[in-house]
Amino acid sequence: MAKSSTLNVGAGSFVLLGFAALAFLTTQTTNHGIHLGAKRSVYAVTAKFDNIGDLKVGAPVSMAGVDVGRVTRIDLDTQQFKAVVSMQLDSKYNQIPSDTDASIYTQGLLGGKFIGLTAGGADTFLKNNDQIDFTQSALVLENLIGQMVANFSNKGPDSAGSSGSPGSSGSAPTTAPSPKPEKTK
Amino acid sequence: MIGELRSSLVGAIAGLGYISLFLVRLIVVAPRALLRWDLIAKQVFNSGALSLVIIMLSGLFVGMVLGLQGFELLQRFGSEEALGTAAAIGLFRELAPVITSLLFAGRAGTALASEIGLMRATDQLSAMEMMAVDPIRRVVVPRFLGAVIAMPLLAAIFSVIGLYGAQLIGVQMMGVDSGSFWSQMQAAVELRDIREGLVKSAIFGVACSLIAVYQGYYSEPTAEGVGLATTRTVVTSAVVVLILDYLVTSAFL
Repeated sequence: MAKSSTLNVGAGSFVLLGFAALAFLTTQTTNHGIHLGAKRSVYAVTAKFDNIGDLKVGAPVSMAGVDVGRVTRIDLDTQQFKAVVSMQLDSKYNQIPSDTDASIYTQGLLGGKFIGLTAGGADTFLKNNDQIDFTQSALVLENLIGQMVANFSNKGPDSAGSSGSPGSSGSAPTTAPSPKPEKTK
Repeated sequence: MIGELRSSLVGAIAGLGYISLFLVRLIVVAPRALLRWDLIAKQVFNSGALSLVIIMLSGLFVGMVLGLQGFELLQRFGSEEALGTAAAIGLFRELAPVITSLLFAGRAGTALASEIGLMRATDQLSAMEMMAVDPIRRVVVPRFLGAVIAMPLLAAIFSVIGLYGAQLIGVQMMGVDSGSFWSQMQAAVELRDIREGLVKSAIFGVACSLIAVYQGYYSEPTAEGVGLATTRTVVTSAVVVLILDYLVTSAFL
């Protein structure tokens, strides 16, 4: 009996360990469930963007390259048809000027989108539930190409002979294809 | 030549038929065998808890090498922060189910096959039949169910240990930001990925344990036969797991 009970304890603890591992996988490695640890005190701000590209919930918010918060919610404002991005900023950084500018950038070559904050000069600071008024939308590749095509077709025939303008507009194609891989992802 | 080929082909198909019928037989008996949960618990301990050390050790090193290789590769694109995502998805969806089941076939499958084969060789199974005890219900099904229960749990443990192995190399050694490592992982990994790993490991668990108990049960009742059954268990399990892996992956994508 003693043998079989230690055996059952062994089997039981193995099963418990297995389910604990499974619970860890489902709650700690996905954005479902409660994340343990790294519980920081935060404050919330929102910003309205014309276009957020493929910004996702959980994307970092950074200032001068330093991670200061995360995007927590993305909604559509049905009056103005703008994207309302809610983010939580670390309370450690509570002296961000209220006229700060929020832009959407791309991380590296293949990375996702993130929000970059550029400090303004105001004396008042962003508080909980404030809104960032100055925003700059994500660079959408299709629009960029559209503009480029429009530029080319506008001055295509007459400026073909001059050496200056094809050179300056020629810099656009070299910069434009670089974000392409992340668009196809 | 043609005749040989045909007879071996027919033999292979017949083998598949035998093993499928054997699976049906196991499933039919399973509900009644579930009443003897103490037998199943013993087998969960034998196949699961006793495989734990090898699974955890392998998981740690697989995770570490994933961290190292992943870091090296991602650094070329300047996106080392994606290491967490790469390691997690690689582990959950592919490496954990496949490597766990290969190790499982080597550690637990061979034990099952040789144990049942030896029972066959020493006439213990026939003795049970004489006593009107169904050896399938008393011996085979508890071992089968124990292994089937153990396998997904082992794969989950492998994933967690592997993730910490990757974290150890990526974050502690190579200096990937710990916050990005976990938050990018949490943003990118979906429950679907975990479900895929779970389904895969369950399927591989059924396949590996079925092959093990089948090879043991139908082994030649000689010392040589038991040895052959053990070898066949490992070889067949490995091939079947890799083939099934492709099929299940393509079904999930």
